[in-house]
Amino acid sequence: MAEGAESSTRLLVAFARALRGAGLIVPVDSVVHYLRAVEALGIDRRDPVYWAGRTVLVHRHEDAGIYDRTFDAFWWGRTPWPELPVETAELSRNEELDGLGVGPAVPTDAPAPPVTRVSYSAQERLRYKDFASCTPQELDEIARLMRDVRLRALRRSRRMRRSTRNHGRHDARSTVRRSLRTGGEVVRLVRREPKSRPRRIVLLCDVSGSMEPYSRMLLRFLHVAVVGHGRVEAFAVGTRLTRLTRQLSSRDPDAALASAAAEVLDWSGGTRLGEGIGTFNDRFGMPGMARGAVVVVLSDGWDRGDPARLAEEMARLHRAAYRTVWVNPLKASEGYQPLARGMAAALPHVDQFVEGHSAASLEALVHVIAQ
Amino acid sequence: MGPKASTSDPQKAQPAAPEDVRRALEAHGYLADEGLATAVFLAMVLQRPLFLEGEPGGGKTEVANALSRWTGGELVRLQCYEGIDVSQAVYEWDFSRQLLHLRAAELGQGGRDGSGGLRAAEDELFSERFLVRRPLLRAIADSSGIVAPPVLIIDEVDRADDEFEAFLLEILADYSVTVPELGTFRAAEPPLVVLTSNRTRDVHDALKRRCLYHWVEHPDFEREVAIVRLKAPEVGERLARQVTAAVQAIRGMGLYKAPGVAETIDWAHALAALGSSSLDETIVARTLGSVLKYREDVERVLGSDLGALVGDAGLRG
Repeated sequence: MAEGAESSTRLLVAFARALRGAGLIVPVDSVVHYLRAVEALGIDRRDPVYWAGRTVLVHRHEDAGIYDRTFDAFWWGRTPWPELPVETAELSRNEELDGLGVGPAVPTDAPAPPVTRVSYSAQERLRYKDFASCTPQELDEIARLMRDVRLRALRRSRRMRRSTRNHGRHDARSTVRRSLRTGGEVVRLVRREPKSRPRRIVLLCDVSGSMEPYSRMLLRFLHVAVVGHGRVEAFAVGTRLTRLTRQLSSRDPDAALASAAAEVLDWSGGTRLGEGIGTFNDRFGMPGMARGAVVVVLSDGWDRGDPARLAEEMARLHRAAYRTVWVNPLKASEGYQPLARGMAAALPHVDQFVEGHSAASLEALVHVIAQ
Repeated sequence: MGPKASTSDPQKAQPAAPEDVRRALEAHGYLADEGLATAVFLAMVLQRPLFLEGEPGGGKTEVANALSRWTGGELVRLQCYEGIDVSQAVYEWDFSRQLLHLRAAELGQGGRDGSGGLRAAEDELFSERFLVRRPLLRAIADSSGIVAPPVLIIDEVDRADDEFEAFLLEILADYSVTVPELGTFRAAEPPLVVLTSNRTRDVHDALKRRCLYHWVEHPDFEREVAIVRLKAPEVGERLARQVTAAVQAIRGMGLYKAPGVAETIDWAHALAALGSSSLDETIVARTLGSVLKYREDVERVLGSDLGALVGDAGLRG
């Protein structure tokens, strides 16, 4: 790239801008590294230019699809549509999407090997939920009641800290170090004891149609939980699984809820809890997020999927997690019996089954989690 | 730009193109695809850390081993775990030796010129003699008879706490470590850094942005056969192809833990140790434990059509 250096630089910078437009985060220093990378590899062939950007400009595997499409669109103009940068895990491998009347799965060129993308038929109501349309009194009320909610679950950690109470194991290193101050005489034994650290808390919130009266409030709850505690992960489950931790971590509740609402494409659609929890297990839970964590499922248990699948996935989750809690808003109603097929299937794998229909019951939930 | 990187001259492993990297890694027992070869090439040329993510058993750690064999740089390994801190990762003072040193000095000085010698001994306490170098410091400041910059592998960084991540960020930014009592150690030539993650949690974007990123995929059929042949030389071509075909079919069955390349190799070893030269239903059922590590997964595969699995594998063998 000797003569055309300037124009190829412009081209590469324009490509980086196109990636930004498609939703990738591309800081300026990454662009500089990208230019150096292309310079090292040569710009005359497709693959080196492709891989230079894949390596330098993409930092998350989920973004590879956006990169691929933008790459094709930019350099060849083949792929016409940019996609929203959603961090969404598509449900279902090749199982037929029965029950919802959804057509056969159409795999696109998604790069993630274990998951095949699924196209959604018109029957799934893809809705962009607007929180501005809620009654303001209701939102204010909930916000005021839940503003100070803090989720916490402590556990002992392997990390040791110096004991102030002269408890715990003797720490020879610190004892010797301290003795240096007194000319090598051991004046005091230093002991260490485990420090407690917060457990991870995972919240899986059902956002299907039957949960509609509750999901707004529950999402608020998710927001205060994520903001108030460093180790809370939040997901929405409907016909698919959407990770909301990043969206909800904005301090400004309105901004956080708006971006979460924009992220959930299957708002008030059907429920496939078994598959949703299965996807969570596969992608996040089993690799580590659920291990030693308190996992809270917020759902009424009305499920259109296979109850056996739900039971199986809950059992898996239960084995990996420290504790599983199921929050069911319907539990408070008089004469409630967990008869919904999904609820009945999941219940054997739940440590605590609590209600979640009001702000008060959510406050009680905080104590259940903290136990 | 000719392919002038050579395996015979380890002092200067400076590739001119990704193809050189691919060839050199192959000569040292690692079969890389184009994406990975490009990523490694860029890491070497741009002197930036390489961040590898992917399923467990995909050969991420092995990249660093092969790099070290190729460049001749010492392999420095830091295994991350929850609660890892600076004293285990960077350096700490050898307190008991310091104490002994002080005591020895006291005794030696006993009758003579009093405090002067003792003060000298004290000053020596915080010298490099008593510094215990942990992996990160070794990778940055070990210049003793250096042939090539060391290869530093920071394994499973997702297991460490986020505070440790912030600390890594600082070190990887300028390859220097400051020990307050001694001063700053700076790498004469930056080490080749490989970070791996199994994605048990999302590593912070700031750390990833500092690195070149590559997602390690499961290899395609021919490459995986070649890997099995390379890693398990006692396994015949026919068996290697059948095992690989069977594992790739099993990967498509939607199991809890799909087998990685490491499992393919293990299985091939196991079958060869049992003296089989091709797959059949009985031997598959008996050795499935070397590929699948969950009872539910084993049951699902045993419950599926083993005959078809073996038959299809036979076609590719």
